[in-house]
Amino acid sequence: MARGVTTQRKIINTTAAWAVGLLIFFPILWTILTSFKTEATAIADPPVFLAFDWTMENYTAVLERSDYARFLWNSIIIAGGSTVLGIIIAVPAAWSMAFVPSKRTKDILLWMLSTKMLPAVGVLYPIYLIFIRMGLLDTRLGLTIVLMLINLPIIVWMLYTYFKEIPGEILEAARMDGATLREEVLYILTPMAIPGIASTLLLNVILAWNEAFWTLNLTAAKAAPLTAFIASYSSPEGLFYAKLSAASTMAIAPILILGWFSQKQLVSGLTFGAVK
Amino acid sequence: MATQHSRSAARFMMAPAVVLLLGWMLVPLIMTLFFSFKKYLPLRGGDLGWVGFDNYVRFVTSSAFWPSVLATLLIVGGVLIITVVLGVLLAVLLNQPMWGQGVVRILVIAPFFVMPTVSALVWKNMFMDPVNGLFAHIWKFFGAQPVEWLSEASMTSIIMIVSWQWLPFATLILLTAIQSLDGEQLEASEMDGAPPLARFGYIILPHLGRAITVVVLIQTIFLLSIFAEIFVTTQGSFGTRTLTYLIYQRVLESQNVGLGSAGGVYAIILANIVAIFLMRIVGKNLDA
Repeated sequence: MARGVTTQRKIINTTAAWAVGLLIFFPILWTILTSFKTEATAIADPPVFLAFDWTMENYTAVLERSDYARFLWNSIIIAGGSTVLGIIIAVPAAWSMAFVPSKRTKDILLWMLSTKMLPAVGVLYPIYLIFIRMGLLDTRLGLTIVLMLINLPIIVWMLYTYFKEIPGEILEAARMDGATLREEVLYILTPMAIPGIASTLLLNVILAWNEAFWTLNLTAAKAAPLTAFIASYSSPEGLFYAKLSAASTMAIAPILILGWFSQKQLVSGLTFGAVK
Repeated sequence: MATQHSRSAARFMMAPAVVLLLGWMLVPLIMTLFFSFKKYLPLRGGDLGWVGFDNYVRFVTSSAFWPSVLATLLIVGGVLIITVVLGVLLAVLLNQPMWGQGVVRILVIAPFFVMPTVSALVWKNMFMDPVNGLFAHIWKFFGAQPVEWLSEASMTSIIMIVSWQWLPFATLILLTAIQSLDGEQLEASEMDGAPPLARFGYIILPHLGRAITVVVLIQTIFLLSIFAEIFVTTQGSFGTRTLTYLIYQRVLESQNVGLGSAGGVYAIILANIVAIFLMRIVGKNLDA
């Protein structure tokens, strides 16, 4: 370290940063705390922060009442399925862009990213109509396909950047030793690309899990994931803060944990490499 | 290097992704264009024939259009200003030496991982509710009349909720950019006696220029199409009906598909104007 930092300054920095950090995190913290209160405590005036009788009753109530497991299952299938499907389609494409680049590679990549910019509402009715005609409305399959398509550009992009870092000489050596294309991808490239694929998977599960335009508009009772389940709490009946908090906590907890692992990928993945 | 054989293999491997995305882009786009020139009311007579540019004219002359443009501009502009200004300050703060930097960083970026329906509902009920919300408690504590946030200050409320969701994104990107700043340059300027504010204005801020541009462009594209936050809070009432929400209402709620599709075409054009600038920056980086 080139520059000495006085302890005093470090204390000021630490205090300020923690204060701001806790302030920003507070709504999440408050939701988690409220989920362990009784409905009466949840709206108590003045509000109770920590000194209350902790209870699990909201969690049991949400689990019993609302068929929570089905929504959770839908979220898992849709987010996981769309990501895996997207990766299967994107790996060969990203491979060829990274290792057999042509003059048009850059244009194709940019064009792919630009499809991500298409405002969903502009194509809402056509998709809605296609879904009705093909019997895909309110099905997990339909939603999986749509979420795969909206995230495919990001998946291709992320895999491309990871693949480009793999030295091409290794692949050439394998080719000279007589490896077929299939073997080359399967035994050489894939093992080396596993970390990149894993990070891509992580970020896209998060994006798909939280997607809240198509999941709200293309599902009803059967295929609705957690985003839609939470939205059903927007017309309240009676006291429901504690239950809303419990449902919310369950919906965001898995992603908060995954998100913690994906901080680094977040920047390059979401800015398409414009900020490194 | 690359043989003819591997070239055709490469094209073959790219095909599924390209074909799918091409279909995903073109089919709905052509359908939207098609509907936008028709009087099409699925629940009231269906396809009632071609009407030329009628829908395009009616969409921009309807009384709901300009308010929705204003609402969109206010939300996008408000959130951009808040997230960029606070994001720069936060990034500078988080870049300072401190204890527990990693934990603070997680606290700050956490809101980004909260699904939009959860953040909107938590803010709406547990913070902004005029009777039981935390803000109401605080207001009452200071002897003030609690605010009916989502009706009296609807726009402020939505901007607050959305800013809370996007501040982490801006902060994280700007922090990444700050960390790539050459420390020696700052040190040299410090030795030359440049006060902190001057160091910030002449070294840090110019260095962040491109990152800020990227944040602005990407957020604009996502903010133009925010939906869930309005869907579960105001449903577009109290002046919060954005262009996106207006189109949604035309298409799915009132099932006036022709009119909504014309609106959709406007939205697509608008998003593409922003996208062109973003793609130019991304393209330059690809060459490097």
